[in-house]
Amino acid sequence: MTGARVLRRVAPQLLTLGAVILLVSVYFPDFYQIVYANDRLVGIPIDVVKRGAPVALLAIGMTLVIATRGIDLSVGAVMAICGATAAWSIDQGFGLWAALGLAGAAGLVCGLWNGILVAFFGIQPIVATLILMVAGRGVAQLITGGTILTFDNEAFAFLGSGAVFGVPVPTLAWILTGILFGLLVRRTALGLLIESIGINLRASTLTGINSRVLLLAVYMGSGFCAALAGIIATADIRGADANNAGLWLELDAILAVVIGGNSLLGGRFSILASLLGAMIIQTINTGILLAGFPPEFNLVIKAVLVIIILVLQSPRLLPRLGFIRLRRERDEKPSGTPVEAGK
Amino acid sequence: MLLSTRNLTKTFPGTKALDSVDFDLKAGEVHSLLGENGAGKSTLIKCLTGAYRRDSGDILFEGEPISPQSTLEAQEIGIGTVYQEVNLLPNLTVAENLTLGHQPRRFGMISPRAMQAQAEEMLAGYGVDVDVRRSLDTYSVAVQQIVAIARAVHLSGRVLILDEPTASLDSREVRMLFDVIGDLRKRGLGIIFISHFLDQVFEISDTLTVLRNGCHIATRPAAEVDRMELITLMLGHELDEEKPDRGLSSEVEGTGDAIRFKGIGRRGKIAPFDLTVHKGEVIGMAGLLGSGRTESAEVLFGATPADSGTVEDANGAVDLRNPRNAIAAGFAFAPEDRKTDGIIAELSVRENIILALQARRGWARPIPQAEQMRMADEYIERLDIRTPDAEKPVGLLSGGNQQKVILARWLATNPRFLILDEPTRGIDVGAHAEILRLIEDVVAQGMSILVISSELDELIAVSHRVIVVRDRHHVSELTGADVTTETIVRAIAAPDAEAVA
Amino acid sequence: MLTKTLMATAAVFCFGATAASAQTIGFSQIGSESGWRAAETTVTQQEAERRGIDLRFSDAQQRQENQIAAIRSFIAQGVDGILVAPVVATGWDSVLEEAAEAEIPVVLLDRMVDSSPELYLTAVGSDLVHEGRVAGEWLVEAVAGEECRVVELQGTTGSSPAIDRKQGFEEGIASADNIEIVRSQTGDFTRTRGKEVMESFLQAENGGADICALYAHNDDMAVGAIQAIKEAGLKPGEDILVVSIDAVPDIFQALAAGEANATVELTPNMAGPAFDALEAYLADGTMPEKFIQTESKLYTQEDDPQAEYEARKDLGY
Repeated sequence: MTGARVLRRVAPQLLTLGAVILLVSVYFPDFYQIVYANDRLVGIPIDVVKRGAPVALLAIGMTLVIATRGIDLSVGAVMAICGATAAWSIDQGFGLWAALGLAGAAGLVCGLWNGILVAFFGIQPIVATLILMVAGRGVAQLITGGTILTFDNEAFAFLGSGAVFGVPVPTLAWILTGILFGLLVRRTALGLLIESIGINLRASTLTGINSRVLLLAVYMGSGFCAALAGIIATADIRGADANNAGLWLELDAILAVVIGGNSLLGGRFSILASLLGAMIIQTINTGILLAGFPPEFNLVIKAVLVIIILVLQSPRLLPRLGFIRLRRERDEKPSGTPVEAGK
Repeated sequence: MLLSTRNLTKTFPGTKALDSVDFDLKAGEVHSLLGENGAGKSTLIKCLTGAYRRDSGDILFEGEPISPQSTLEAQEIGIGTVYQEVNLLPNLTVAENLTLGHQPRRFGMISPRAMQAQAEEMLAGYGVDVDVRRSLDTYSVAVQQIVAIARAVHLSGRVLILDEPTASLDSREVRMLFDVIGDLRKRGLGIIFISHFLDQVFEISDTLTVLRNGCHIATRPAAEVDRMELITLMLGHELDEEKPDRGLSSEVEGTGDAIRFKGIGRRGKIAPFDLTVHKGEVIGMAGLLGSGRTESAEVLFGATPADSGTVEDANGAVDLRNPRNAIAAGFAFAPEDRKTDGIIAELSVRENIILALQARRGWARPIPQAEQMRMADEYIERLDIRTPDAEKPVGLLSGGNQQKVILARWLATNPRFLILDEPTRGIDVGAHAEILRLIEDVVAQGMSILVISSELDELIAVSHRVIVVRDRHHVSELTGADVTTETIVRAIAAPDAEAVA
Repeated sequence: MLTKTLMATAAVFCFGATAASAQTIGFSQIGSESGWRAAETTVTQQEAERRGIDLRFSDAQQRQENQIAAIRSFIAQGVDGILVAPVVATGWDSVLEEAAEAEIPVVLLDRMVDSSPELYLTAVGSDLVHEGRVAGEWLVEAVAGEECRVVELQGTTGSSPAIDRKQGFEEGIASADNIEIVRSQTGDFTRTRGKEVMESFLQAENGGADICALYAHNDDMAVGAIQAIKEAGLKPGEDILVVSIDAVPDIFQALAAGEANATVELTPNMAGPAFDALEAYLADGTMPEKFIQTESKLYTQEDDPQAEYEARKDLGY
């Protein structure tokens, strides 16, 4: 795709992100302030791109899975498994690289399991991945022995809280992974083939596309992204918390993909738009923390904002909103844009 | 008249599904509705039962105009329907299924005993021995059909529509069902029967109505029609019609390049058959709906892999375990149902055209963007695909243009053997002619083609020889001067041994 | 100190119990959803072993029906007493009546039920409000009248520990006008959220310069927050005082490193007092109080945190 087409595709997400940032900065005017301190950039936007890393990483894999008309509910549990694997390896003294390798392998194996259930046994993706979603935390607890498995390894902890040229490592991780996956699907024919099986699996198979292998690859990609997210989450708190690592993040990842304008019915997808979706969610999360409302309101505020965003992005609603606005202008009433009205 | 339609018309975008159809059903008759795929049978049924809203025309029930808005309303008027897949709830008991929605109540609660009694009463006279307390799925499909019929008769009681009720029954079960239908006829119900098994149609029907391309073709007493005449009516050719000019020489030199299929078949789909495909040859395949035409094509392409037989060419065995291997062997297949099996609707014309070639190259070797554009433009021009540009989603094109896109997709892979299943169905006349011309073009370049079509004229015009399929067997192969509508119809109709040599 | 007293009493009763005859006691545990729960199970088993009690253990995996089934099976086995850590508060009447009819005393651990107090012998638990109060009172003493802006990491919104520990802390600092809670947000009892929310507190409060102390409803959130404070370039324990509740092993490491200042113990040893009460009742029918409150002991950097860590690290936290 050319630059202009990409820009047109992600324009709604960019506008939404802008609107959300604007909203947060109303409550917290210092939002834009970024300073360089302790060899790293410090500021709220930096917190957003750092804290959003797990959901952003999950959203990359989730985008591809959803493009095949699937869904991967297990990514949160896979995060816990991979984080536990990494922490266990460090604890056993295998060293950094072995820990990363084992965690990545665990993610790929989890993805392979999901992929086999979906591609070879024909189980519906939501059911197939639900199995690991439920069982995965048990597996993670077996690895950690039911406790928060802490470790002392500065090199590994650097992946969660370190910074390169002032940029937090988790941020670099999702940006680089996003670029890597983006190139992988768009510089090869993978993207086209994935979209094809997502739109019409039967016709694609009759066209000679190896849909089974493709499905396996997509779920393994999702598992790998979950492994990266699990490594970062574990490194961040210097411990593997099997109960809570990645808990409910699969839902945020799906939400990020949806806010990114990707259809849950499969087909056309944009990883960039999903990543913007993840940043929109994180900006809302961080904004809620900064705003200082009582925590009882957290979920309500988030839900209301998400509903507004999704309604505004709804293809059915957009023409109607345009119509309403036109009519208002005709009636010469004080008119506001839909976004402002939504606030 | 019990149920009539007058000038019933229904259009869908791009096609006229029913064109001023008149239809009359008498009380106490079994009236079969016949026609090939797309003839308008199911549209007619759906208009009668309120599943579709008609565009114009009248439906008369005992002379009174009706317009049911839903199947429920049609049921209340007196028109009940039983489909091939029984529309009941298999995990409820027979009694619950029979009485669902009108269970006998006592003090507002369902009374199991009254419900059982009512269910047993409803099933009385159907000659089935059923414990109504057992769940429906413990019984065979035939019994489930009869339960569905009993329910429909109880609720409606005047008109019963049976849509392919025998498709999944064995012969003993068919007999059981026919006994029930015979009884209902005696009780004065009007029964509309749809089946593609002609033997059964002749056995049970009093009256036959043939539809073709949405038009009413003929209504005759069943006793006055013979098999050949019926098939001719369905396929749309008069026996005494002038032989169309065959534009192709009937001789193809038997080079060593032939692909030889020996005894390939698949149980339950198509009986083992032999087929030799020569270079530059067009083979036609004729047969009625459900005869095994499409199944033959799917076995040849590996879409449903053969469970018997071998395939060889000059280089040895050919692997047809799945479509991918078939494509690697130079095969291509444009399926009958373009929407579900052919196009990838949301992808662009360009992407649809390059898709098969890209799949064969593998994901790691993408076709460069410029090359994709060039190929798309080339085929859009060569096949005259009407699209504003190559980036338009193919689902937005008309049927004929979608078919051309699928042909382009396969031509781009430069296949040696191209299988076309009903390539001209549902497309306009102009595109029709263009596709036939295209077939001649590519054959001249040495490609081999298998064409499946219900339109005999078309088959005769393009084919060097014609294979006739009946009851899941390849029953006859016609070559040279034998390829005429008459010989084909006779081969399709022949109940058994009188097959044409 | 507490442990010493317990061990002393345990020794006495242990002798008495063995003299009477080896008791059989059933224990229906909720599950192992947290480290503390796992430690409670471990400590209960250790206590039973020390007293020569035959403990029948049943893990309910967070389901009440499993617990009810386990209690019925204990009754059928004719145990001498039953310990229950109830997963929910309601729906216990009938099974407790069955136990009462069989004259088997039931002791509730750690959580309460809505049934009539007649139906159980006693309940052993900590007072969540009291825990918060101890933490608050420590802070009042620690800042000694200086201005102090406190940030609070709450537990899961709406959970009773979060509500009670918040209330207790507020009561504890009510007398001190110099202490003010400036920000309070939920950290869901997890390290990840504790760290994330602390980061936002630091951002919102002038890079942390305006924060004098952190109060976390559990140690895990405090451990996460300590990392956030360190990464912001501040010294936890000095620049920002850290007080939390639970006394899990990891917070003792932080105390030992000078990165945390105080923690209030929620003892996993609920079984000790429960066994005491049961044995007294079985021996001569002594009725205990209807609620036995465990001690909420405060640990600071002066309490040899390294030793406390060593003592606790193998309990299954």
